[in-house]
Amino acid sequence: MTQLMEEKNVHLSNFHRFEKEANGDGATMPWLDELRKAGMARFDLVGFPAAKDENWRHTQLAPIVRTKFALAENDVNDAVLDAIKDFGFDREAISELVFVNGHYNAQLSKLGKLPRGVVVNSLAKALETEGDRIQKQLGRTADINANPFVALNSGFIRDGAYVFFPRGATLDQPIHLLFVDTGGDTPVISHPRILIVAEDNSEFALVTSFVGAGGQHFSNVVTEVVTGSDCRVDYTTLQHETPESFHVSTLQVKLGRASNFVSQAATLGGRVTRNDLNCVLAGEGAEATLNGLVIIGGEQHCDNHTLLDHASPNCPSHELYKHVLSGKSSGVFRGKILVRQIAQKTNSKQTSKSLLLSDDAYMNSQPALEIYADDVKCTHGSTVGPVDEDMMFYFRTRGVGKQQARDLLTYAFAADITRRIKIEPVRRRLEDFMATRAGLPQDLRITDLGAANEQHRT
Amino acid sequence: MALLEIKNLHARVAAPGGREILKGVDLTIDTGEVHAIMGKNGSGKSTLCQVLAGREAYEVTEGSVIYDGKDLLSLSAEERAREGIFLAFQYPVEIPGVSTDYFLKAAVNEVRKHRGEKELDAMQFLKLFKERRELLEIDNTFTRRAVNEGFSGGEKKRNEVFQMAVMNPRLGLLDETDSGLDIDALKTVAAGINKLHQQDAERAVLIVTHYQRLLNYVVPDFVHVMMDGRIVKSGGKELAIELEEKGYDWVEREVAQNV
Repeated sequence: MTQLMEEKNVHLSNFHRFEKEANGDGATMPWLDELRKAGMARFDLVGFPAAKDENWRHTQLAPIVRTKFALAENDVNDAVLDAIKDFGFDREAISELVFVNGHYNAQLSKLGKLPRGVVVNSLAKALETEGDRIQKQLGRTADINANPFVALNSGFIRDGAYVFFPRGATLDQPIHLLFVDTGGDTPVISHPRILIVAEDNSEFALVTSFVGAGGQHFSNVVTEVVTGSDCRVDYTTLQHETPESFHVSTLQVKLGRASNFVSQAATLGGRVTRNDLNCVLAGEGAEATLNGLVIIGGEQHCDNHTLLDHASPNCPSHELYKHVLSGKSSGVFRGKILVRQIAQKTNSKQTSKSLLLSDDAYMNSQPALEIYADDVKCTHGSTVGPVDEDMMFYFRTRGVGKQQARDLLTYAFAADITRRIKIEPVRRRLEDFMATRAGLPQDLRITDLGAANEQHRT
Repeated sequence: MALLEIKNLHARVAAPGGREILKGVDLTIDTGEVHAIMGKNGSGKSTLCQVLAGREAYEVTEGSVIYDGKDLLSLSAEERAREGIFLAFQYPVEIPGVSTDYFLKAAVNEVRKHRGEKELDAMQFLKLFKERRELLEIDNTFTRRAVNEGFSGGEKKRNEVFQMAVMNPRLGLLDETDSGLDIDALKTVAAGINKLHQQDAERAVLIVTHYQRLLNYVVPDFVHVMMDGRIVKSGGKELAIELEEKGYDWVEREVAQNV
């Protein structure tokens, strides 16, 4: 018990420091002060998830719980600048917000020329100018009761991003939120908060990148996405933190009538990663596509929990998660499809496929269906295994050696996800990562491997 | 000189207590020849092809296979392919995410590297593919698609023959390439096999089939009957016709009498 106290105390004392440094913004925005205090109180009450907690038992939280993290400072060093150069989209993004250890950095960011009424800004800045509008949404979709990490994040709400699309606004280039994390001498923690509000009939693509620039960092991210009717939102996430780092993210999505939401989530980095993606299909005819790609090795662990909450009739949803595990890495996929009684004519398909490249890699894949409506179509499938022997033999009978065959098949397995990613810089980065990892030529792109079968399939 | 010389080949499923499937196969194939192996299901025809291609799911327990003067059984599957052995699969494997184009480029260049030849570039491949398609008189739609993915049975078999045409092997092993083909597809496939075979006297083909149908179009020099893991009878092309008319029972009786 005393140990538990101590584990929480690190964060409670961080909170007191944070409150002092918040320059009294809580005084001008009592609602924000309340939200933070409520978050901290909730975290103080429940603490970190217990080892036996059904939702968390497959993820080794011990290193996160035990580490004494200090709040991360805005520490711009050469490694950070290199990471920005490396991961930045440059002209391929209309606006690019750069966060260093969770702190917005205006000098390194590009706000870009946005259509009238569209807001893309740091949350801290936006709170100064449009606190009222933010108040109506912040913490509503991602409730502090969702899980202890959301509660903890809520205690530290200050920086992050705020994105607002008024009715009918569209963008044809993506927005990029680039979080560069660096640990320094001691482990540090940041609590980025992202709020995305899309009014009726708006359309845009947004990318969040979380990249490591050395050291041990814990990102505890919470993102809320709320859409009106007929919105089209493409949301891509790339996580490439350092192999010592921790990454816990909660993405809460609420979709209005006939809105279309696509999530593409790639995890390459992190010692321990846990992603919760909860998508509520709240309006009739809303459609969600959740795709995920995890490529990890060594001692890395990645846990993806998704929930497709069908709360309205006539909603299609599609989910495809692929894990490529090598070394002693481990993966978890828990995909739940909840079809509420009202959600008749739900059409949901979930697939989880995992490739184990070593005997020591481990995958735990659990689909779960919970259906209360009677006129629905739900399917799910899960496969876990090494590279297919028949495919290997087929390659070999054509003169291609074992290793090359295995590399190509691994690439093709993952490319099945990357080729669905519309954001060119992310797709390129993932393909290069995959090719480098397998020792394949850098120019081996999806166009070489299977672009044609895209046409064929659709 | 014999291109392939199989002596007393025994093979079993490579698992503890694995069943013996090949129980002493003897077969010699010379360059320029077309051989056909016929037999009922489960007689070991497909296993023979797989063993020759180097499938590790089978373990050779006895016997020898000399291919082009080399000990074939000491070579890996990929080495055999590079040495000019090609297996057209009975059930071609689907490989999502890898286009037939890319697959064949990788394959051809592996063979060329092995022979100490320069690898072909993209333009040279285009030319090679076009030339081979024209030779076989097939359309060019499937090379841009993922290998065999979503192909009909006939398309898969045509793709096997197309791959064989591109790889240009010395010994083609055709494992029931005729099964599941309609008559037009069968003619296309047969014409392709004939053209490939006739263009070079240094080659040989081994066809495994249930039926005499394909052999109307690809005329074999020798026909062998396989039964319970052995070749029990050999003859000319007329043997295939006899088998088609009378079935296999008379061969079984003949074998029983000889024992």
